[in-house]
Amino acid sequence: MKRVVITGAGTINPLGDTVAKTFEAMREGRCGIGPLEIRDVDRLSIQIGGQVKDYDEHAHFNRQQIALYDRFTQFTLLAARQAMEQAGLNPVGDLANKSGVILGTSGGGLNTQDENYRAVYEEGKNRVHPFIVPKLMNNAAASHVSMEWNLRGPSFTVATACASSNHAMGMAFQMVRSGMATVMVTGGSESMLCFGGIKAWEGLRVMSKDACRPFSATRNGMVQGEGAGVFVFEDYDHARARGAEILCEVAGFAMSSDASDIVMPSKQGAARAIAGAVADAGVAKDAVGYINAHGTGTAANDKTECAAVADVFGAHADRLMISSTKSMHGHLIGGTGAVELLACIMALRDGIIAPTIGYEEPDPECALDVVPNVAREASVNVVLSNAFAFGGLNAVIALKKF
Amino acid sequence: MNVQDKVIAIIAEQAVLEPSDVQLTHTLDDLGIDSLGLVESIFAIEEAFDINVPFNANDPSDSDFDISSVAAIVRAVEGLVKDQANA
Repeated sequence: MKRVVITGAGTINPLGDTVAKTFEAMREGRCGIGPLEIRDVDRLSIQIGGQVKDYDEHAHFNRQQIALYDRFTQFTLLAARQAMEQAGLNPVGDLANKSGVILGTSGGGLNTQDENYRAVYEEGKNRVHPFIVPKLMNNAAASHVSMEWNLRGPSFTVATACASSNHAMGMAFQMVRSGMATVMVTGGSESMLCFGGIKAWEGLRVMSKDACRPFSATRNGMVQGEGAGVFVFEDYDHARARGAEILCEVAGFAMSSDASDIVMPSKQGAARAIAGAVADAGVAKDAVGYINAHGTGTAANDKTECAAVADVFGAHADRLMISSTKSMHGHLIGGTGAVELLACIMALRDGIIAPTIGYEEPDPECALDVVPNVAREASVNVVLSNAFAFGGLNAVIALKKF
Repeated sequence: MNVQDKVIAIIAEQAVLEPSDVQLTHTLDDLGIDSLGLVESIFAIEEAFDINVPFNANDPSDSDFDISSVAAIVRAVEGLVKDQANA
């Protein structure tokens, strides 16, 4: 089996349009959630979100590209550029054939769908732009990254709701580890902050009207966010041979299905994925110093997640740190695991644990060290990133300091 | 703007050229407009003139809509606009 390392990272999210800005915001415990600026927001009962503000698509893409790139694709391409430039890779020949792209998204080109349904249903138009299908399809982002960087190996898109990115990165990890691929560009993206996207979520009545406060007794739901995180996963031998800077090692991955309920999470399903990732990484449970929680800020997720962590780690659960950065950037749904992996990399590289902001009052059902409100300096060697999707599909990644 | 000027403006935008650089004798190939560019141009023509262009991207040569040159496209659009006025 090959060792797998991360040699590039890129992002655009509500906290910043680079990894450095995102780290800075996480260190400062800054909140990227605010009033939504979208069409017909007055008809929504939920009017906040983690929006990427001050974004001008024309500053990054020409008119013809914009005709083909939904916002989720644009975010992906921007993050991928940062990651590939950091990795210093320009795949050609055999390397290109053994390099691919696996990305997560849940809604794909939901803005494109929303705008065009509006045009034909609300405005009564009988004609839409010819590129609607290639623009809205869930695999558009993966395909455009593949084209932009000449990545000719295994490439596809994973859609497992809130676990999409973690499943995508898990697949990429396994492909590099098995020797099937040398380099995989992976992560995820989401952009569903449009009228239809929010309206659908409103229906479930799990959304907060004021803030995302994971683990706090006062929590009252999740807040949606948007953006992308993209990473370069690379065969360690290949990275070392070319002298690449290594950000950290991807050590383990596990996934599980609750096989029980379409929305309610299960402690057992989550625990099996967490324990599985630790075992896959080949480390002792008490080596885990930090967990980036799924931590959505809903009543059900947070208490179930804490119970699963307590079950898996026993007494060590009280010594490790667990925080939810969704309190700052919101829930990026299919892109969330990718942006949250940044907090894991920051923990390993910089020794800074991103906080759970908005924390007001302890909840006895979430009685773990959730790094409330203020970032903390701590040296950690092994970290986990949890993702537990609607549909009961769980995916947990383990990273190791390199 | 007459039909010809409007069609040329649409084609020029697609080709990222000035309208003055587009000649009636040019083919779409000459102008570097590929198949996706063609369907986008046809969409723009339909929007601009509020007409339906009978064009099947599966087999462009089988369509009633002649795209062999800029002049042919202009003639075809003029015909469709006239048909619509008479309808």
